[in-house]
Amino acid sequence: MEFLTDPIKVVYDWLLELFLGWGWADWVAVLVIYLLGIVLFISAVMVLDILLVWVERKVVARFQDRLGPNRVGPFGLFQPFPDIIKLILKEDITPEGADRVVFNLAPILSLGSVLFLWAVVPLASRIYGVDLNVALLYIVAAGAIGTLSIIMAGWASNNKYALLGAYRMVANMISYEIPMVVALLIPTVLVGSMSFVAITEAQANYWFVLVSPLGALIFLVAAIAELGRSPFDLNEGESEIVSGYHIEYSGMKFGLFYAGELLHAFTFGGFIAALFFGGWHGPWAEQYPLLGAFYFVVKAMLGYWVIMWVKYTVPRIRIDHMLAFNWKFLTPLAFILLMVTAVTHRVLLDAPTWLYISGMFLSNVLLAWITVEGLRMQARRKREADVSAEPAAAD
Amino acid sequence: MVPLSWYIFLSAALFSIGLYGVLARKNVIAILLGVELMLNAANINLVAFWRYGNTALMGGQVFSIIVFAVAAAEVAVGLALVIAIYRTRKTVIADELDLMKW
Amino acid sequence: MTAEQIIFFLTAALILISALMVVTTRNLVHAALWLIAVLFGAAVLFATLDASFLAVVQIVVYIGAIAILFIFAVMLTRRNLLDKVSQTNAGWPWAAGISVAAFAGLVFLVGQMHNAGAQKGEVSGDPLMALSTALVSPDAYVLAFEVASIMLLAALVGAVYIANRK
Repeated sequence: MEFLTDPIKVVYDWLLELFLGWGWADWVAVLVIYLLGIVLFISAVMVLDILLVWVERKVVARFQDRLGPNRVGPFGLFQPFPDIIKLILKEDITPEGADRVVFNLAPILSLGSVLFLWAVVPLASRIYGVDLNVALLYIVAAGAIGTLSIIMAGWASNNKYALLGAYRMVANMISYEIPMVVALLIPTVLVGSMSFVAITEAQANYWFVLVSPLGALIFLVAAIAELGRSPFDLNEGESEIVSGYHIEYSGMKFGLFYAGELLHAFTFGGFIAALFFGGWHGPWAEQYPLLGAFYFVVKAMLGYWVIMWVKYTVPRIRIDHMLAFNWKFLTPLAFILLMVTAVTHRVLLDAPTWLYISGMFLSNVLLAWITVEGLRMQARRKREADVSAEPAAAD
Repeated sequence: MVPLSWYIFLSAALFSIGLYGVLARKNVIAILLGVELMLNAANINLVAFWRYGNTALMGGQVFSIIVFAVAAAEVAVGLALVIAIYRTRKTVIADELDLMKW
Repeated sequence: MTAEQIIFFLTAALILISALMVVTTRNLVHAALWLIAVLFGAAVLFATLDASFLAVVQIVVYIGAIAILFIFAVMLTRRNLLDKVSQTNAGWPWAAGISVAAFAGLVFLVGQMHNAGAQKGEVSGDPLMALSTALVSPDAYVLAFEVASIMLLAALVGAVYIANRK
């Protein structure tokens, strides 16, 4: 029965006893158990990644009014395996004039930057890699390594389209990092901790999406931009620069980029779930961590589905619009929201829960309404200026 | 256990390598890379002294945060200058930027 | 040899070899990538010194912003991507001599230190909490913090103005 309440500890104790029984030294046993845990966890995540290939292909097919993969296995469930075999069998080409070491390092770093993220994700009440006290900044740091891998790929390919794609992607990621960090600060302000575990645990009674709906929305937009998915997929504007920074990659090296992108999207779905939708919280999740992990994966899948929904319905926007949207709209809004949240949180700290939640919710709605009204007023003024300028131009 | 002096030796070596980079390199950007090495040497020193001293006093960490800010400002302005110079003079070699020399 | 010493030696070797590559390699993009290795090694050292916040900020600020900016600047200021010519100026032996002398002088000074062999004590309390309080407390470093932020703002405005094409 204890396995159901604290599975990690039970397995850890069992393995430790086994290894010590074989006459291993204390630190060797602990080291081997930790390495085993890491390998198992990464394998589990990668198996999930294989499933995501099927999910992504099936969902995009439905959005585009097609059937999607339906030949291999039930509902085409085994389709990823032929995909992988095809990628492995393809010729592995390194373009002439490429910087060999950097070229080969880039896809590894790209997938690695995503796998790093899973170290801090709390899957359930007692199932997580580490309880880092700077976990939210750690996420941003892993994102920085992802940015690095992209510029390495773009530069090492010795291809101007790859370099242009990398430039665009890096401009995109560095710009949208700012509203993302500010959106991450909102749960930090509410909980008083940057630890992912503490933030998830603080949502036992109410989800933070009720307290900060606008923050969740800003995080979603910034996350989509960080992922480089449509409408922010300027890195692979097919009609302009073919396919962006991974144009020269073939076979499994391209596969690593592709797997990294899918897993990254799913991981950000998980972050949205953990930061704003209660993470593993749900009925009986406190007693049975495995049930909590199930809730978490379901919520992460829903977040991933929203990201896919946006990707397959919104057209790509122009690069100057994208940067202007970030610097002139999203970043100021995020900072104002952070200040409003901090002040309202402080004022309502001792109020009863229903008053606290409704007060925070209303402050968010009010800010959103003022923003929309301001934008509408500005648009109207611009329109009137255009209309009054037009007859003069006609003369 | 690692004594404090190891960290200081490491930081001294890193500082000297950075100094060599600043003095010997031709390219202005490479000189800035050397400056970054020296700033990092200072940071390692500051954090090591914080850890081996009284950890309740946060001076060491606060000063290394200010070094981060200085490094960011230095790189932003420095590289903007380099790009502006490159645009007018078509060179980033420090020896060729000698208008002020007599 | 304890695990801590092994980690220290590996990290120190990574930092010093990468730093030498930064100042000697001819390809400047490679120099910037080696700088990233140095910065990563420094982040590992910060983590072993219980300065988790600085370790993460090192990666976010240095690798995520400064190193990327360097790579951009290298790419924007090169007419051809090949560096066949020497990257050092005529006075490089002098530079090497001065660096070695500086290192010798620093080692001599460390030898004079009375607490060079000091060992780590226990970390008191939560350093992250203490750091955040110190940064905004009027009794501690709030002035330095504000001055740093104003300097960053000035650098931002200055960089935009200088790099802006007239």
